[in-house]
Amino acid sequence: MTRFEPHFQHRQSAHCESGVMASLLSHAGLPMSEPMAFGLASGLAFAYLPIVKLSGMPLIAYRMPPKHLIKTLSKRLGARLHSRTFGNPEQGRRELDALLDSGRLAGLQSSVFWLPYFPPEMRFHFNAHNLLAYGRDGDEYLISDPVFEEPVRCASADLQKARFAKGALAAKGLMYWLDEVPLEQDWDQLIRQSVLSTTRILDGMPLPWIGIRGIQHLAKQIEQLDPAQAKYNRLYLTHIVRMQEEIGTGGAGFRFMYASFLQEAGELIGAAPLQQASAQLTAIGDDWRQFASACVRASRNKGEAPDFRPIAEMLRGIAGQERVLMKELGAWAKRKG
Amino acid sequence: MKLDEVPQDHSSTYGGHSKLVYAVDASGHYQRAQSDGWEPEAYATQLAVAELQEQEAAAEAAWQRGELSPLKCLMYRYRLDEPALAQITGLWQWRIRRHFRPAIYRNLSAAILARYADAFGLPVAQLIAYQKAPA
Repeated sequence: MTRFEPHFQHRQSAHCESGVMASLLSHAGLPMSEPMAFGLASGLAFAYLPIVKLSGMPLIAYRMPPKHLIKTLSKRLGARLHSRTFGNPEQGRRELDALLDSGRLAGLQSSVFWLPYFPPEMRFHFNAHNLLAYGRDGDEYLISDPVFEEPVRCASADLQKARFAKGALAAKGLMYWLDEVPLEQDWDQLIRQSVLSTTRILDGMPLPWIGIRGIQHLAKQIEQLDPAQAKYNRLYLTHIVRMQEEIGTGGAGFRFMYASFLQEAGELIGAAPLQQASAQLTAIGDDWRQFASACVRASRNKGEAPDFRPIAEMLRGIAGQERVLMKELGAWAKRKG
Repeated sequence: MKLDEVPQDHSSTYGGHSKLVYAVDASGHYQRAQSDGWEPEAYATQLAVAELQEQEAAAEAAWQRGELSPLKCLMYRYRLDEPALAQITGLWQWRIRRHFRPAIYRNLSAAILARYADAFGLPVAQLIAYQKAPA
């Protein structure tokens, strides 16, 4: 049985949203690793969105959009999720203070740019960063920011600015907390359901930009780069790497995180096929890292015009492997017993 | 990725911090590990930052020559582009581009400048001071 932890325990995570959810659930008495939170919420994905521009480049995501994890995970576990946004920033501050003063943890969505504890080179205008507030001390908030090694402090004026930053994905002061987390779960059913859902996201969407078709689409875009546009190509290829590494947890992180989930889930319910799938996905994650290295190598090369075809082929290879894996996982999830 | 392959390239872009990653040990078991940077990632980040700095420097030079208002330079300095600045300030992009013209900028009202000040996190007084003449 689990016991209630009166004191909050900070834990560093690879990704903000899965980290916040893992911490909230563990604090509520349901011990949960970050990969478990990520996997049970079916967080793994791929999306190439040419319409959403980031400094003139398409958005490339390796996971589901912000808030997906929070909502899906609470629903699947049957936990009650409260979430609020505010039209009036002052009210947002009062409600946060009231929640903290009642001894609860508050998940907050905020802008990275306005958080002073971030190193300057990591500060960009990304409004969907998740963090946990677990207390107040004078004019400062005690913050458990999942991507940092240690808890941090943030002056109330700075946090206010970060919570109410405007622009794309504006948080509007979003604050959320969990209660009534059921500690008994049907893990077998839960794992099958979430794995099946991931296979459908990655390989079952009739859209050319999502999932494995999205990876193939990106391969085509790379192949079609005009060798004469050297500067644009350099920025484009490194943009892909930044979306994968910097925003995406580092080292093809979401693939490894999901592989870790498959392993843990396989042990939990004694399913050997999941262990095997985990090893396959680890190999695919390594290929994603090779792909990132190849993109950077081509960007560095200032001499002759680089050949983009081998890079595109690497990506097609990855897409093929992910498709095989999703087919196997889908078959496992639908099999009874 | 194996534990001994977790990159430790001391990237300056991490500002002395470490990232958490998941990697397998010799028996294929997943473990938590810390990485203090990966060189290809650092290269990608630095290139993006250098591009912004280049744009900022070009806009600053044009401002000093009197060809642009300081607005464009400030936009890049605070890591924004036209679509992002438009979203944050709630102004149309064509209006922002108009405000890049020095003559137009000098006549902007304090209310409009306040929107920019809010986006950059600067005091309005500073933006008003820029209306006088190139520094």
